[in-house]
Amino acid sequence: MAATGRAAVTSQGNAARDTAEMVARDSYGRLVALLAVRTRDVAAAEDALADAFAAALADWPANGVPAKPEAWLVTVARRRLIDAARRRQTGDAAEGTLRLLAEEVDAAAAGPGIPDRRLALLFACAHPALDPAIRAPLMLQVVLGLDAKRIASAFLMSPAAIGKRLGRAKARIREAGIPFAVPDRAELPGRLDTVLDAVYAAFGDGWGDPAGTDAARRGLSAEALYLARLAAALMPDEPEALGLLALMLHAEARRGARRNGEGDYVPLADQETDLWDAAMIAEAEAVLRRASTRGAIGRYQLEAAVQSTHVERRLTGRANWVAVIQLYDALQALTGSPVVALNRLLAVAEIDGAEAALGEMDTLAGDRRLVDYQPYWAARAELLARAGAHGESRRAYAMAIGLEQDPAVRRFLLRRQAGLPE
Amino acid sequence: MQFMLMTYVDETGFTKLTPAEQEAGIAAYRAYTEAIMAAGVASSWGRLQPSAAATTVREADGKPQVLDGPYADSKEQLGGYYIIDVPDLDAALAWAARCPTTSHGVVEVRPFWTEPS
Repeated sequence: MAATGRAAVTSQGNAARDTAEMVARDSYGRLVALLAVRTRDVAAAEDALADAFAAALADWPANGVPAKPEAWLVTVARRRLIDAARRRQTGDAAEGTLRLLAEEVDAAAAGPGIPDRRLALLFACAHPALDPAIRAPLMLQVVLGLDAKRIASAFLMSPAAIGKRLGRAKARIREAGIPFAVPDRAELPGRLDTVLDAVYAAFGDGWGDPAGTDAARRGLSAEALYLARLAAALMPDEPEALGLLALMLHAEARRGARRNGEGDYVPLADQETDLWDAAMIAEAEAVLRRASTRGAIGRYQLEAAVQSTHVERRLTGRANWVAVIQLYDALQALTGSPVVALNRLLAVAEIDGAEAALGEMDTLAGDRRLVDYQPYWAARAELLARAGAHGESRRAYAMAIGLEQDPAVRRFLLRRQAGLPE
Repeated sequence: MQFMLMTYVDETGFTKLTPAEQEAGIAAYRAYTEAIMAAGVASSWGRLQPSAAATTVREADGKPQVLDGPYADSKEQLGGYYIIDVPDLDAALAWAARCPTTSHGVVEVRPFWTEPS
């Protein structure tokens, strides 16, 4: 009897914990946004919310999960925020803000759902007054509640250093008067770019992969995709927000095809298209079509369109390199990035041959930004091999191998290098 | 900033590899060393003999005491190092992540001591 009773308590405890975890995942950013929107004090909002979650884990297993768990959490967190502010003995101005906050939070808690201020939170996290390198980590922490340790490994930073930098960024939001607001029409385009860039930075290493070698293994693709979906859902009329989501969905759709059964790396050209996630590709295509109806082209839509042409191979059996070159031309005009130029050359090689591409590549070789850019060396090695310059190719492969982080890609390149004729 | 990247590996691991795997492993290290030198990042590097070749010296009761074997009797032993000069820790970590050691051992990244100016 006693054992059954304990089991019931345990299962109730588990249910409460599960509910708390589910609320944490789905509502973390929503609650932080609501708590911080007035005070602009993200750190205090997070602390208060952490206390509220701890209280929930103590209370819910014993008393049952409340009917509106989010409202319960936000009410507890609000009380903590006000207590903390009183302890700091802030002045009258702060009192007023907190009273406003209290009214707002109470109204929210009484209403059918928590109002969604996450868009304002995204814009605050990607504000131009913050260090560009901290914007993506900040979003992951503040919107999704990821801890500094996990973010540190994903971004190859020391946990202590990233903790400090996140703390500084939050202090800056509070002290520099960074607004929790969606910028107005005139300001929006530039500010939107910083938000989307930060979301993309959370996903991977930016500009994609010339040789089909996806470099950084962030291990945060699901979280980044969540942010991209959120940005697109909150800004359904912004074509670039849709473009970014389409781009990331396309990349994600091929994840399963990038490794074979032995865990070895498979480049894009050799991937089994059956292994691509058809549903995700269909979603990407639909999102991109929706973006294109807005009639404002941009970097992310163009990049998504490049991915879309790769997908054509699944239907037609061959890649449409002419279209790829045109898209890269447009991207090049927009960004002037040497990485785009490099990607374009790989498409050129498919049509005009490796020698022609190598000739153009020599003009890129002087760009200092490419010296330790692994995909440059991988692309160069590949083209040199195709052109029959085996000695030079071997040296370029050595650079590509030495600069590669991913052991599977390293093995792949080592095999290519070893396969070169003497 | 100057950092030392110290590679710690389980020394028995290498002998368990097939000759082809050993060759690939050596090629990976050679490529990494070539890349880190070509990028102008490393000023020197070195590979050490296995720790069985180590000898320690300390003072005991005012007299030198010499012992065979490494200082720390741990599974993973220092196997080599790279001395690099990069702008900051983030850049040092980026190079550490590229080191082939990370897939079979650990790379410790430590800044050099500098005299306070």
